[in-house]
Amino acid sequence: MALDTQTTTWVDEARRVAAGIRRRALELTIEQNGCYLSQALSSADILAVLYTRVLNIGPSAAPLTPPPFPGVPRPGHHPLGADYNGPREPGSDRLLLSAAHYAVAIYAALVETGRMAPEALFEFNQDGSSVEMIGAEHSPGMELTTGSFGQALSQAAGIALARRLKGETGKVWVFMSDGECEEGQTYEAVQALAHHRLDNVHVYIDVNGQQVDGLTKDVMNIEPLADRFAAFGAEVVTVDGHDLEALEAAARTEHTGKPLVILCYTDTARGIPLLEDRKPNLHYVRFKNDEEIARYREFLAGM
Amino acid sequence: MEILTQVHEKNLVAWAKDKPEVVVFSGDLTGSTEITLFKKTYPDRFFSLGMAEQNMMSFAGGMARDGFTPFVHTFAVFMYRRALDQIEMSIAYPNQRVRMFGFLPGIMTPGGVSHQAINDVGVLRTLPNMTVLETGDATDVESVLDVAQAVDGPVYIRMVRKDIPRLFPASERMQLGKARILSRGTDIALVTAGICTEEAMRATALLEKQGVSISHIHVTTHKPFNDPAVAERLAAARFGVITMENHTTVGGLGSEVAEMMAETGVSTRLTRLGIPDTYAHGASKEYLVKEYGLDAISLVRAVEGVMNQKFGISEEALADVRLSEFTGEMQLEAL
Repeated sequence: MALDTQTTTWVDEARRVAAGIRRRALELTIEQNGCYLSQALSSADILAVLYTRVLNIGPSAAPLTPPPFPGVPRPGHHPLGADYNGPREPGSDRLLLSAAHYAVAIYAALVETGRMAPEALFEFNQDGSSVEMIGAEHSPGMELTTGSFGQALSQAAGIALARRLKGETGKVWVFMSDGECEEGQTYEAVQALAHHRLDNVHVYIDVNGQQVDGLTKDVMNIEPLADRFAAFGAEVVTVDGHDLEALEAAARTEHTGKPLVILCYTDTARGIPLLEDRKPNLHYVRFKNDEEIARYREFLAGM
Repeated sequence: MEILTQVHEKNLVAWAKDKPEVVVFSGDLTGSTEITLFKKTYPDRFFSLGMAEQNMMSFAGGMARDGFTPFVHTFAVFMYRRALDQIEMSIAYPNQRVRMFGFLPGIMTPGGVSHQAINDVGVLRTLPNMTVLETGDATDVESVLDVAQAVDGPVYIRMVRKDIPRLFPASERMQLGKARILSRGTDIALVTAGICTEEAMRATALLEKQGVSISHIHVTTHKPFNDPAVAERLAAARFGVITMENHTTVGGLGSEVAEMMAETGVSTRLTRLGIPDTYAHGASKEYLVKEYGLDAISLVRAVEGVMNQKFGISEEALADVRLSEFTGEMQLEAL
């Protein structure tokens, strides 16, 4: 059986992007002594598949080097971090980041796909920069302001309804974390998406099983997630969140009249086995001493 | 003065006719928030969001991002109290054009504490980007839509419903940031809003006959609150300033006026009538305005206190003041 060369190409590219996200996130964690590293590790493959294969978006409409913080939204001024995901066209897809703590992963994905300058990543969490630690809609790649969890899916529903009324063919993609599945609003949103048959909404959820206080199963159990989302009216697919081809195939699941939820089960230490020792306390990774930093530097050199 | 019924119900339908960008959201209170006729007339622009207000507010913020103007209708408490973070993060921070119609302000419902929005103005005027409006008569209700729609950002509107008086001529429409100056006296500056204005007019009619010179100001814009015409009337009051609001005395109209007095250097006494920093309970409007001192006699007593004089005005005399065909007969607000 002949390999589909097209497929081989995108998988290779997605693999390269995912590896780059992990490498850049680790480098930043070392350089700035602290970062949301585990989130980048668990989501790298999902974001790589989105940016290289799934999303139908144009080239970045924003400067390669992000401008400084431009001020908060106000009359006559709507900062558009979304410009990094291409110009807003009726047929273009929209990516809405729900878990704003994944900002570093989005920034790294933008760098790996040529949408942001590599140096700009080092503006992460620097005073006056728009490349903020938990970004808002002025931050590269972000269309919404979502650090307060569970609100993006409802906003996505509003955007999707507006796009349907305008006859736009572009889809709405939401990237969420599993911790957000503890928020009641998440299920209010799925209920409303199903009620209004908003099947132009697609949701990738990084089920990494971890939150600030530890494992989700210990802090507040969210399982069975697939049953929960299905019960509220979504079409649900469960995949290995590090299987690039499965992640891509899931996006093509038939879901007429229902929102599509793709549960991606992932590992917070994926690609950096050194972190296994620190589980489950991986919400924000900061190295303890010079010896530890040296070990991670050595690991980084081999990535 | 005439009494009109279901002003918003009819006005919204006529007003929205040529505004396809205006969509209406209902939180399972379609009849109670006077949008049944809109639903029947424009079914494609009416969306039922059910009893899920957090989702409804964020949903509205999302839809506004793509060019529509959601008019969210529910009881005020279920917006500003239940879904405040959603209002802040999904609507106010991104400065989205969402219009929030908050019904049952203050003690306008026998539904009790769960249904009474006693601090909505105070809470929402602390939100950057937010405009806060309040209606007090039929003309306000008819003209608030144009006022709100001209704002490039979110707007919260305290709405009155069902049988409401026309206190102001239909041609004298509400204007953003401009209070209605009903009289220009020099003894007392009386600042009222919402339903308190009609009640205050009963008292001012008799007080003026007793020779009290009153500036009566009806406020419809709580934020921004910077009308120089109001500051001028406050400065002209020789004895003091009195505010009267269907809201707790903390954070609403009384606080707005206090801030303006401090900032413009008006150093006279301020007396704040309103719900006195307490939660209320379920009873009729007529009962509750008496209990919390939001009735005409309470205002008369406040004026007497400020001026240190007695005017011999009785409750009976106030009850005889006929401002409108509305008899003040107890009418239970349906839930």
